[in-house]
Amino acid sequence: MDQVTFVLDVMIPAFQNGLLMTLALVAITAPFGLLIGIGVACGRVYGGKGVSWLMKMYAVFFRGCPLLLLLFILYFGLPSFGIVLSPFVASVLGFIFCNSAYNSEYIRGSMISVKEGQLIAAKALGMTRNQAILNIVLPQALRRSIPGVSNEFIYLIKYSSLAYMITVIELTGASKLIATKYFAYNETFFAVAIVYLALVTITTFGANALEKKYAIPG
Amino acid sequence: MALEILIDWFPYLLSGISLTLGLVAAALIIGVGLGLPLALGQVYGSLPVKTVISIYVWFFRGLPVLVLLFLFYFGIFPAMGLDLPAFYVGAVVLGLWGAAYQSQVFRGAIQSISEGQMTAARSLGMSRFQAIRSVILPQSMRIALPGWSNQYPEILTESSVCYAIGVAELLTRSSQIVSQTYVTMPIYLACAVIFILLSYAGTTGIHMLEKKIAIPGFGPGGS
Amino acid sequence: MTEEKYILRVENIKKSFGTNEVLKNVSVNVKKGETVCFIGPSGTGKSTLLRCINQLTIPDSGKIFLNDEEVTHAGPRINYFRQKIGMVFQNFFLFDHLTAVRNVEIALIKVKKMKPAMAREKAIFELKQVGMAEWAEHYPAELSGGQAQRVSIARALAMDPDIMLFDEPTSALDPELTREVLEVMKKLVQQGMTMLVVTHEMGFACSVANKICFMEHGLIKEEGTPSELLNNPEFERCKAFIGEFREYSQ
Repeated sequence: MDQVTFVLDVMIPAFQNGLLMTLALVAITAPFGLLIGIGVACGRVYGGKGVSWLMKMYAVFFRGCPLLLLLFILYFGLPSFGIVLSPFVASVLGFIFCNSAYNSEYIRGSMISVKEGQLIAAKALGMTRNQAILNIVLPQALRRSIPGVSNEFIYLIKYSSLAYMITVIELTGASKLIATKYFAYNETFFAVAIVYLALVTITTFGANALEKKYAIPG
Repeated sequence: MALEILIDWFPYLLSGISLTLGLVAAALIIGVGLGLPLALGQVYGSLPVKTVISIYVWFFRGLPVLVLLFLFYFGIFPAMGLDLPAFYVGAVVLGLWGAAYQSQVFRGAIQSISEGQMTAARSLGMSRFQAIRSVILPQSMRIALPGWSNQYPEILTESSVCYAIGVAELLTRSSQIVSQTYVTMPIYLACAVIFILLSYAGTTGIHMLEKKIAIPGFGPGGS
Repeated sequence: MTEEKYILRVENIKKSFGTNEVLKNVSVNVKKGETVCFIGPSGTGKSTLLRCINQLTIPDSGKIFLNDEEVTHAGPRINYFRQKIGMVFQNFFLFDHLTAVRNVEIALIKVKKMKPAMAREKAIFELKQVGMAEWAEHYPAELSGGQAQRVSIARALAMDPDIMLFDEPTSALDPELTREVLEVMKKLVQQGMTMLVVTHEMGFACSVANKICFMEHGLIKEEGTPSELLNNPEFERCKAFIGEFREYSQ
């Protein structure tokens, strides 16, 4: 098989399917990762002692446990408790745990950096504590955590490749399969590298634009 | 039952620590050894040097470690006629990858030193090289330390991806034990605990070092 | 008049940054032991002139001679000349990671290749000269502005320079801290150091300068002894500037 046929008939269709799977993993993970990250951060900053400690342990465990190991726990480990997850669901769950744990750190950091006066001023206007957190602290904190959270999103694109290790055929998996089948390692892996670099570069531009748009003057 | 199996196999699992830490050490040593020159080149180098380094950093930071491992293990090294054991491939790839990240920590630190420091050093008759060595680097290394040490837990967790090319580190060993014994959760959780403890121990050690070399009013921990 | 022997000759220095002509054509000659003060509105090239003298800024044209040796176009030998030309900056630029005494000795060790013990001895001596010996082991962040500036003077003096350049040495300081730095500088004048000083301290300039150069728009507009500048009616611009300056600073 010559190079052109290989690229047109083998690589491109495989990469298309793989790319769709990668995008699906990322697209489903990201919103949950953000929401749970916000929840964990709020629990750590504003929760009682017990809640705060629990949320801290959540962050410590899911940041300290290698993601690949986490995927193994969810996919190979849970069935011993009678919970059987599909590879896709196990991957998404693992990514959400990991993504939300890292996001919670960024968001917590920016929540702490919002000056205490903001909360006091909001309460002085008659807002309840929850209203003040929701309407005053969070909007500021979220804007400040855009660089961190979008950085984490870029990480997510990259570590979504680990889903292949529990048999989800996303981009990396697709490339590994055809590379092995056709003994075309260098070509295929360089090609898939270009796809990842394109994804990451485009996302970086998008993140920078977002950061600029929501920058608070001063 | 499961506990007994865990205890029986625990020494085997533990012996994976040396390989895991070997990978991490390689990534950190290559990370500094290569990352620092890369950073200096990016700050003080000519335009072609800066461009080449930027492309290097963009490439290694833009790719999943898994893809890098596949690329080097199955592609680049065999094509170069190198038949390296998986551990060395993992160490080199993590090193090249870590250097890209660490170079950016060093670069940021070097650029954060005010220009006056260089000006003052030059005004005393120091050459550019002397000024970088005796004034810029000692300051920027202290500033870089927290950012650099943040790389440690990340490299530690990322080293487990070397499972994919069969390096017998912690994760690979726990998977081997699982497939031998059919005991899953206790083994995997033990492995997770070891990773978290390694992460905690390393981070604590680095914090102690940071405190020890802190300078009053200067950089992190100093003020 | 006896034959003039100049330690420093600045000849026709020009420097532009982009379209901004900062120095249009500046020449100055300085005799050994003289103190020359440069005054004038900000942005008129006074600091640039000092930086051109030790080539921290490379002039577009013109020549500079120290003891009849050309400093401009010196290549790597510039590092030798810079040892002979001490410089003190507005913002001190002490090395933040080094104690006061290490700040003074580092160039002795690294540039002059002095033995550490000798360098330490010399550094302590210079710190004594500026009244900072008991602060030797403190870091820059632990010093007041005046103290930091005195250490930076000691750092420059330790290299045994032939001349000293002071670039607005007191502009970043409160009045009471300004005094302690000016005292050190006056002492240097008395010891016969050759000094070029960019300053807004008119009192200092008038009391110690052998010559005052009034700079404006990249040129030395008027120059003379302090009494000439203050009393001679031909130096109108300079007097007007001093008058304005006094008003603003009060």
